[in-house]
Amino acid sequence: MEIFLEALPALGQAWALILQPQVLGYLALGVMMGLCIGVFPGLGGIAGLSLLLPFMFGMDPIMGLALMIGLVAVVPTSDTFASVLMGIPGSSASQATVLDGFPMAKKGQAARALSAAFASSLFGGIVGAAFLTVFILVARPVVLLFKSPELLMVSFFGLSMVGILAGRIALKGVVAAGIGMLIGTIGEGPFNGELRMASYDLPYLTDGLKLVIVGLGIFAIPEIISLLRQDKAISDSQSLGGGWLDGIRDWWANIWLSARCSIIGVVVGVIPGLGGSVVDWIAYGHAVQTTKDKSNFGKGEVRGVIGPESSNNAKEGGGLVPTLLFGIPGSGSMAIFIGALALLGNGIDVGPSLLENHLDFTYSIVWLLALANVIGTIMCIALSGTIAKLTNIRFALLAPFIFMIISFAAFQSGQNLMDLVALFAIGFLGIMMRRFDWSRPAFLIGFVLSNPVENYSNNATQIAGIRFRDGMQPGLDYILSPIVITLIIITVVSIIIGLRQAKNILAEGDVPSGGKRAPLVFLLVLMSFIAFALYNTASIPDYARTDRIFPVFIASICLVATIILLIQMMFAAETHSLFADRENSGDDKTASYSLWPTLAWFAFLLILTSVTGFIIALAIFLTSFLRIRAGIGWLQTMLYVAAGIAFMVFMAWTLGRDFPPGILQSYTNLPWPLR
Amino acid sequence: MKLIPAISRQVALALGITTTAVMSMPATADVDMSGKVIEWVIPFSETGGSAKWANFFAPLLADALPGSPTVLVRFMPGAGSTKGANWFQKQTNGDGTVIFGSSGSTQFPYLLGDPRVRYEYKDWNPVMATGTGGVAYLNADDGAKFDGTANNLKGKTYIYGNQGATRLDLIPALAWDMLGMDVEHVLGIKGRGDGLKMFESGEATVDYQTSSSYLKGSVALVEAGKAVPMMSWGSLGANGDVVRDPTFPDMPTFKEVCEATEGCQTSGDSWDAWKAFFVAGFPSQKIAFLPAGTSQDIIDTYVNAFAKIKAHPDFATISEKRLGKYPMYVGDEAKAALAAATTVPASAKSFVVDWLKSDFGVELKK
Repeated sequence: MEIFLEALPALGQAWALILQPQVLGYLALGVMMGLCIGVFPGLGGIAGLSLLLPFMFGMDPIMGLALMIGLVAVVPTSDTFASVLMGIPGSSASQATVLDGFPMAKKGQAARALSAAFASSLFGGIVGAAFLTVFILVARPVVLLFKSPELLMVSFFGLSMVGILAGRIALKGVVAAGIGMLIGTIGEGPFNGELRMASYDLPYLTDGLKLVIVGLGIFAIPEIISLLRQDKAISDSQSLGGGWLDGIRDWWANIWLSARCSIIGVVVGVIPGLGGSVVDWIAYGHAVQTTKDKSNFGKGEVRGVIGPESSNNAKEGGGLVPTLLFGIPGSGSMAIFIGALALLGNGIDVGPSLLENHLDFTYSIVWLLALANVIGTIMCIALSGTIAKLTNIRFALLAPFIFMIISFAAFQSGQNLMDLVALFAIGFLGIMMRRFDWSRPAFLIGFVLSNPVENYSNNATQIAGIRFRDGMQPGLDYILSPIVITLIIITVVSIIIGLRQAKNILAEGDVPSGGKRAPLVFLLVLMSFIAFALYNTASIPDYARTDRIFPVFIASICLVATIILLIQMMFAAETHSLFADRENSGDDKTASYSLWPTLAWFAFLLILTSVTGFIIALAIFLTSFLRIRAGIGWLQTMLYVAAGIAFMVFMAWTLGRDFPPGILQSYTNLPWPLR
Repeated sequence: MKLIPAISRQVALALGITTTAVMSMPATADVDMSGKVIEWVIPFSETGGSAKWANFFAPLLADALPGSPTVLVRFMPGAGSTKGANWFQKQTNGDGTVIFGSSGSTQFPYLLGDPRVRYEYKDWNPVMATGTGGVAYLNADDGAKFDGTANNLKGKTYIYGNQGATRLDLIPALAWDMLGMDVEHVLGIKGRGDGLKMFESGEATVDYQTSSSYLKGSVALVEAGKAVPMMSWGSLGANGDVVRDPTFPDMPTFKEVCEATEGCQTSGDSWDAWKAFFVAGFPSQKIAFLPAGTSQDIIDTYVNAFAKIKAHPDFATISEKRLGKYPMYVGDEAKAALAAATTVPASAKSFVVDWLKSDFGVELKK
């Protein structure tokens, strides 16, 4: 009790620090900058802070902190715009939002989805801060309870969400997750650095693929291509039915769901090393499990937006615990936060001593984060009505600019032209998975959890082996702690419920069946990739066997699963849902354009970039697209192209970023934006 | 603001204001870096000693470079720093916007001829180097049995979170082995910060940190009675002997503990190998590099900037608090430090290669 009594004056001091006009001013400034960056998928993070650092250096610590937190806090709020309006997951925090947010936008309820999301974000942020105020005092021993076996079980729990999102054929969901995991193992192995499915002749792959690229490729590209083929606006109905007030009413009607998901967000966010990446999926799974009528999920169920959005802002608060107490960042933004805190140079270092010596400072961080959420959300709600109108614009006019932004964003992850090639390749995989109804969420969960599962399982088995050598009891104490047992029960229950309900939950809508050949060919392609992965990783020599075990294990499971699918296909009728194929009916069949010419446009931008560099390629691409595909007049085209390029150059210039260079650039020495 | 004494900010400001007064370096055509964003790439995670080192120098460097550019510390962990170093080898734009901080864990695989090493130190341009030390410590239970020798520590299995057999962790691993302690190595730890968390949560029972991380993270555990310091690696005396680390004058060195422990020799092959790798790994451990092909103008600009930082009268006091009492080398001194860090006698290398094969199953060419 004593510890809480000591905390009260610190909390008072924290508020005294925060509630100064300049501090609030800097916070609002940071929020505005964060909004400008956060609405563009894949930016945020390091780009945002590089914008801030020149101002921050030499600033008063609390002011600099306000500015920085304002920026960091608002990114998971503002990236909702891209998720809902365009089906592009802005960051790992808003992947699950896409599943129901984007269908709502298609139904013309964009403003409603956005305001429900923002209200949930706001609530989640505040619940998170309140919870943390108390929890941070006792957090250290709690976090230390999470050793490798516990962390492994949390990863498994995250993976069990695949059960809910697997779609109609559970095995296909398992294979999708497995392929995600295999793609996650590409590159140098974590223990001995052996190459897996990569070669030093292709250095790009040795680094492995980045989440930004995989997220954009697997979700955004298929949606954009699909919409573009139909040549209409995102929203079906012209009137923006469901204004922003409806969204807030939706949130209020589901306030308990929002509260529960907020708590899930903080608690999972607290766990070091896993933090952000799975929170939104767990919250989505929870929203599905607690909804009576599950038939609307994937088609625009507002609870599917409220769940993940409540959790993702709360998670930022939870992520502060491992960051501040242990110096172990729970997410990408927290990693930058540690660095920036050191740059602020106020003598405060994250780590064990922070709570004892600087509790007031710690509380300032917690509540500045909450306050930034409030300011950010109000700004976002105010903007949502206007921005939602984007969904009424003819998509052919919007698409080239979306291609422009995601290409730029993808390039920022590795500053390499290969980023764009990888984006295209994963995008193609995403298109095919969408067409044949293989769960893309399951794939992404597998990808995200690939590294944690491999690391923790290796550590846990090795340490458990040593403990068991000491005796049965120390070994069992280690692997079967109360937390592990609880997590096993939760996971098993979640898998059983998930599998029973999965048939009703069509996270990506209903897909008709018919025609055996195309789905079969895709299955065989996946099978050959799995077989290649198995062959490639099984040939890792013995002295580096720790790098071999995990991919070989996953690939073997996938191979068995695909063989079972193959046998099932041999005996099933062609109307069976095994043969789901979107090209057979519905929007994709009636689309005005077929897949290949549409995809060729994107390939055109890519190839052109590799020749002339990004900006020149962009000018040619935008002009020809708007003239030929969108069919608008010269004057309009010129105006749009100029605006698009000016915007791109301005963004890159303020953020100090470069553009992808092409062959031309290696022979000439052009001035900056062309360079 | 009565928050906290704003230590490094004060230094940075003071450096900025008094720049012209303090400077006695020949101000040869320094390149103006204003408006540039400089990425300082650290091939480790955000939690280890290299992170603290770069975070300490980054704002000072930003201020000391002409035009006060933005200096961002970028973390690129993987394969115990080989990934980041391989990446840096491929950087060829010589405009000074990328610098790299290597550490002992980058030097060792290079020295040992690890096949994954695709980088060549001779291509890079060192501009600054600092030394450091390290401290090994035990959990409270086993620490109680420690009496300045490892005699009572034998016959028990210890667990250690290891970043990789051919990394800087080779120094503690070989030291414990020489002392006759049975240590199991859990490989694949991303940084020593993760090792510290493993130790604190009880998963690991023995740990080591470089000086700056020890001062910041582990000292609190020692004070709370959860850890017992065992030995420092020491520091290199004027005549080339291992002497007590000036940062930890009251702590015995590995050499002292070894001398007092039955069966541990401070002469012979294993000692010579340990010492050779210690010299390569610690007294000039962290080196800042510009990439291959950087023009001399830019190199000079950086050397002058680091010299400016070093010349500041308060620098020693401030860096002592954050990094410990260790020398800083700039320019030609940094080149000499690099030479010391990347050469070991063939006999020492051969011994370590054999030892790695028998203890870790790592196959390396001699």
